[in-house]
Amino acid sequence: MHEDPLRVHGGLVGRRQFFRVGITGLLVISLPHRALARPSLDEAIRSFTGGANVLDGRVRLDLPPLVENGNAVGIAVVAESPMTEDDHVRRIAVFNEKNPEANVAVFHLGPRSGRATVSTRIRLATSQVVVAVAEMSDGSFWSSRASAIVTLAACIEDLS
Amino acid sequence: MHALWRLAAVSAATICGIVSAAGIEDGEKRSGFDFMTPETQALQADDMSNPGMLWVLQGEQLWQQAEGRADVACAGCHDNASRTMRGVAARYPAFEAARGRPIDLAGRINSCRAERQQAEALAPESDALLALTAYVAHQSRGMPITPATDPRLAPFRDNGRRLFQSRIGQLDLSCASCHDDNWGKRLGGSVIPQAHPTGYPLYRLEWQTVGSLQRRLRNCMVGVRAEPFAFGAPELVDLELHLTERARGLLVETPAVRP
Amino acid sequence: MARALVNVPKAAKQGEVVEIKAMIAHPMETGYRVSPNGSNIPRDIIRRFACTYSGEEVFSADLFPAVSANPFIAFTLIATTSGTIEFTWTDDAGTAQTASAMITVS
Repeated sequence: MHEDPLRVHGGLVGRRQFFRVGITGLLVISLPHRALARPSLDEAIRSFTGGANVLDGRVRLDLPPLVENGNAVGIAVVAESPMTEDDHVRRIAVFNEKNPEANVAVFHLGPRSGRATVSTRIRLATSQVVVAVAEMSDGSFWSSRASAIVTLAACIEDLS
Repeated sequence: MHALWRLAAVSAATICGIVSAAGIEDGEKRSGFDFMTPETQALQADDMSNPGMLWVLQGEQLWQQAEGRADVACAGCHDNASRTMRGVAARYPAFEAARGRPIDLAGRINSCRAERQQAEALAPESDALLALTAYVAHQSRGMPITPATDPRLAPFRDNGRRLFQSRIGQLDLSCASCHDDNWGKRLGGSVIPQAHPTGYPLYRLEWQTVGSLQRRLRNCMVGVRAEPFAFGAPELVDLELHLTERARGLLVETPAVRP
Repeated sequence: MARALVNVPKAAKQGEVVEIKAMIAHPMETGYRVSPNGSNIPRDIIRRFACTYSGEEVFSADLFPAVSANPFIAFTLIATTSGTIEFTWTDDAGTAQTASAMITVS
């Protein structure tokens, strides 16, 4: 199959591909600027850990599997740690997969916390994966992931 | 995405449209609380995590605050709300002789502001009005809804029932089409509750704030593609009258939490 | 008038781990929503939450728009001495709101 080549951004693309590029371009233009800047889940975690290896375990993320309304989803994170001066959780960070921004919250704990546990309520724009990462005082990182199905309300309010 | 859900809602609603106006048997009467997930129930049950309590707290502060040209606080006349306001929300709306028609709790607060405090009326859905209403209604938490028996209310309550059963909007649905005849079934992902106003003003997760029963009623009207009555419209108060009669015996939950 | 609800046990034994809950009225406007007239609703969130115990910071959190409106945070602390536990919420504009509670440790 032969297509007339068109020059786009210095590269040669077929007409069909050009059409695709065009549509993507329109979509890109219509998206809010900041949405484009969203790092992936893994990128967000990497920027928190500074690229350090993240191990599975020692931390548990509780997230309801089925969510009635994504505007307020209760989550709890518990990490296994004696929470002593020598061995404690420094930070617990929570990330999401599909919201406009990957970060949810970063909690700063220490030996005076007594236990490594935090809970809060978060927004989930749609069904997705949520990850909790705990940074220990020895510099190691541990994570737990969970996913939730978010249903949308049947009767949404017309703001106009 | 929303458009898809709306489509689903429309088709579900069409199925719901085959109706009779039987109402709900007394033994089957259930608060919207019972239809929620355990997580949302827990949110309401713990006062330290129920966001509606933030408005109750604000209401408690406003109750003590002198207002208007009369420079008098609610507490100046009504003293300790936990005593004087206990049970009030359970019997509202009440008949107001001066206007010759029923008035709801928020309306009463505003008329008190105008007449006793000589202050400006608080705007519908303003935090201050919701807070005061929530604070007053909270004093009746746990008490059964016992609508006022004033015979002068009867024609307005009848009008409320008529409105509840009247098909409206482009979807040609009445309140009863869903909440009398199809409660417990699903509309999209949501369970259709029986629509008992047990916990207003309440914190709705969809709103991310506290709202009044009138806001909820207007929401439903928009949902069936009808032109909603304005805040404070007599029709909305008449509907409130019918709804409280319909919910008779259920316990006041203010501030409730709903999805 | 800060609208905040904080839950700190009134009394605790020394060394006991106590649960703390803190919630404040705030829209946590994400900056991604559009108003009915089509304009963007500007971002307005609580960016930082901190808890001090007798003046020393013992817990804090950096919050992002994915935290729900009227943010709620629960965590634990070791009861050490009788004193004041103070909470500070700071928004995008740098405005801080505070609440506090006393704890008696025996």
